[in-house]
Amino acid sequence: MSAATEEKHDTHEHGLSDAGYIKIALILAAITALEVSTYYVDFGPLFMPSLMIMMVVKFVMVVSYFMHLKFDNRLFSFLFYTGLGLALFCYIVALATFKFFIA
Amino acid sequence: MAIIERPSSAPAVPAVATPSSSLGALKRPMMETGWKSWLFTVDHKKIVIMYGVVAMFFFIVGGVEALLIRLQLALPDGKILNADVYNQMFTMHATTMIFLFAMPMAAAFANYFLPLQIGARDVAFPRLNALSLWLLVIGGIVLNLAWFLGGAADGGWFMYAPNSGPVFSPSNGVDFWTIGLQIAGIASLIGSINLIVTVLNMRAPGMTFMKMPVFTWMILVVQFLLVFSLPVITVALVLLMFQREYGATFFDAAAGGDPLLWQHLFWIFGHPEVYVLILPGFGIISEVLPTFSRKPLFGYPFVVFSGASIGLVGFGVWAHHMFATGLGPVSVAVFSIATMAIAIPTGVKIFNWLLTMWGGKIWYTTAMKFAIGLVLLFTVGGLSGVTHSVAPSDTQQTDTYYIVAHFHYVLFGGMVFGLFAGFYDWWPKVFGRLLNEKLGSWNFWLMFFGMNLTFGPMHILGLQGQPRRMYVWTEARAGEGLFNLAFWNMVASIGSFILTAGVLAFLINIVYTAKKGPKAGADPWDARTLEWLTTNPPKPHNFDRVPVVHHLDEFFHRKYEEDTATHTMRRIADGEDLVRAEEAAADTDIHLPGPSYWPLMLASGIGILGLGTIYGVPVMVVGVVVLLLASYGWVLEPSVPDASEIDPPSPDGSTKEIASLG
Amino acid sequence: MADVAVHADHGSGHGHHSSTGLSNNKLAMWLFLGSECLLFGGLISTYMLYRGRVSDGPHPSAIYDIPFTSVSSFVLLMSSLTMVLAVSSAQRNDDSKTNLWLTVTALLGSTFIGGQVYEFTAFYREGLGFSTSLFGSSFYTLTGFHGVHVSVGVILLLSTMGIIRKNRITGNKAEVVEMVGLYWHFVDIVWIVIFTLVYLIPA
Repeated sequence: MSAATEEKHDTHEHGLSDAGYIKIALILAAITALEVSTYYVDFGPLFMPSLMIMMVVKFVMVVSYFMHLKFDNRLFSFLFYTGLGLALFCYIVALATFKFFIA
Repeated sequence: MAIIERPSSAPAVPAVATPSSSLGALKRPMMETGWKSWLFTVDHKKIVIMYGVVAMFFFIVGGVEALLIRLQLALPDGKILNADVYNQMFTMHATTMIFLFAMPMAAAFANYFLPLQIGARDVAFPRLNALSLWLLVIGGIVLNLAWFLGGAADGGWFMYAPNSGPVFSPSNGVDFWTIGLQIAGIASLIGSINLIVTVLNMRAPGMTFMKMPVFTWMILVVQFLLVFSLPVITVALVLLMFQREYGATFFDAAAGGDPLLWQHLFWIFGHPEVYVLILPGFGIISEVLPTFSRKPLFGYPFVVFSGASIGLVGFGVWAHHMFATGLGPVSVAVFSIATMAIAIPTGVKIFNWLLTMWGGKIWYTTAMKFAIGLVLLFTVGGLSGVTHSVAPSDTQQTDTYYIVAHFHYVLFGGMVFGLFAGFYDWWPKVFGRLLNEKLGSWNFWLMFFGMNLTFGPMHILGLQGQPRRMYVWTEARAGEGLFNLAFWNMVASIGSFILTAGVLAFLINIVYTAKKGPKAGADPWDARTLEWLTTNPPKPHNFDRVPVVHHLDEFFHRKYEEDTATHTMRRIADGEDLVRAEEAAADTDIHLPGPSYWPLMLASGIGILGLGTIYGVPVMVVGVVVLLLASYGWVLEPSVPDASEIDPPSPDGSTKEIASLG
Repeated sequence: MADVAVHADHGSGHGHHSSTGLSNNKLAMWLFLGSECLLFGGLISTYMLYRGRVSDGPHPSAIYDIPFTSVSSFVLLMSSLTMVLAVSSAQRNDDSKTNLWLTVTALLGSTFIGGQVYEFTAFYREGLGFSTSLFGSSFYTLTGFHGVHVSVGVILLLSTMGIIRKNRITGNKAEVVEMVGLYWHFVDIVWIVIFTLVYLIPA
């Protein structure tokens, strides 16, 4: 592919700069450190919710920035999040029938 | 690249072939005729014909299995099959009919007509299309290999634990079943991704989503169902495989496992699968009914959106297959209501079809008869389905012949009749000849009566308490009077032979048509959709000129114009002439993706790898080696010429067109 | 960056175009990843259901080595950074940087696999075989499936590198690297979920 067409496409192919990616990675690293700290420090009743929130934040950050979903066409998000949503729905319901979330 | 260059008036002859070597080892298989042109083809139309042959073969295999079952049950204490073989027979009948006939045949229709209906020259990934076909063939071989290697799978098509375990299924049958279904599953997954991308990206200019034919819409919904449900059955099959081969106890209640986990995983897949089977039939008759009623489809957006909502809600009703397992009152209530809800969009469709016919000039061709048959029979099956959604009633019906009656009405009466409507409607498109209408009439009426005689009595048998999957019934418990099991079992068995005669009429029709059938014109049915805007059969590149779409039912609107004064449609052009006009204005250089060895080789690698899980690590290693070699061959083979070659014409004087990667 | 999209931009008259303007490959990849969500969802759910069912052998809390797994999780997380740098180098047409970052990513991925092999060996020595308990079977199935995905990813990375070096790439280079990247990041986000649900939350 010629350099000219390359550039033409880069204009609508947003993303972060390399420094931006490194910044995201640092945040991810910090969250991971916080996650691991729950193993050493007692978070009390906040333990489960905080771990779940941190997991979701990391997940969404990687998907949005590293996988460019935030900058890309919404169709890609639709395809991926439909799969994710169905997975969450079906499996949470299935686990619920095993009384997984009670006690 | 198979490059097709043709002067605009001459018939399409693939003229220049430039074999490009791949890996420096294998030259591209460029032959246009002979067996190699089939084995290595990536043309969606050739692939479909192979799909059709394979699916028809398995339809006959599954049909013979069904006949043996009905022979066994015709009289009390049947002696034709023993209990073990009977178990294999009903398991493989269902497995074959669902995974090796219904899905491939629907895939065949989808693969052929979806690109044509959206005005594309092929699917998005032609090589992956070939890979899907070969994986399906290998999956089918593996599934049926078990017959000759110690006995086929015998746990029922939903293979509940503990029937799937070594105690009740000591032969390798279930092992072949898990491998075969995983391979066939990969085939469907690849196929569905391929078709979704095709619909999203390969539509002709002007073909917006709401101008797509309903068949294409229904196929799109089906592919989404497949993409998101196949991984779930894959998980279940992998767990079962690990249990049988490597000593895990996932579904073994004695070791603390939950047999219900299998049931959940199976039906999270299994219920969307039901719509995977039926929606293509809905799509086909949504094309057939308007064509032969000479009226547009009534309420196109309703048909489309009800199809899509059937797909979505289809993911939330799986546990209605498990009402008898003790899910607890809350789960049962929720799934019961969700199941009743799904009857709404289905009912919407039925009314749309009825109103399409209402006031139309109905042309009773065989295709139309099958379409009307579908509406009738599916309604019967749909109504008995509603009785299952009521959990207390379902508890009575579970595992009886009533269930068997229900799903044969929806699957045979719904799906198979839809496919036959499609055969008669589209046969001239694919083979250029019209199927014989007289034989078609025999075909329809024999199948219609046969099917009602076979499956109708099963409602009574079931409500009288005859359990499904029992290899004999006894005189002593047959009861008396009108609801006597002996009478109705005999009726069902006789019906199954009438049904068979109907299918034979179809097979005879195929042979007769191939030999003596009249050549079809370009537009034998006064059709409505884009696939008819090309010759019968279509040329390798489908369309001489890529159509520009302005209407829903584009082809119809090119032939007819509304008379504003009388609000009637006036014929302004002849279909035949429109096709000739396209030929005259043909694009001068059309490029198609080149044939390839790699899909077949890659599929074989996966097949060998799968058998390795049964026959040990060395076989697996061979499979992985073949798989890797084929993958590298695939990746290094330029299915697409370099992008830089697009603008300046390449040395042979033609501009290179990118088909697609894949 | 799609070939197909490029072609559409040239306004070709012979009919090949992409209706959405998006790349076929990227659409297929995202669909595949959406589908994979249901695959890993099933395996994770199986593990969640069975994690406490230890009829024999060690209990999860007795054998998980959180500090060790934290390090290998961190390694995999950072490989996502190097992967994204490879993608952005490829988009700038910088082959040597692309190759460099692909190499680093492959190395980090291999380190993770090495860690997993070590972990499995250690668990096995402590008495957790594949068929010891439901916990064992579901644990090895889930993490094993993930491990196979990472290994396939490493093979993809190395192959992509080799093909770029030999200049044998048949598609659009930046897009090929981006595809591998999407797959690689997906494997990483699956591990983000596994790390929390399997390791950090006690059974």
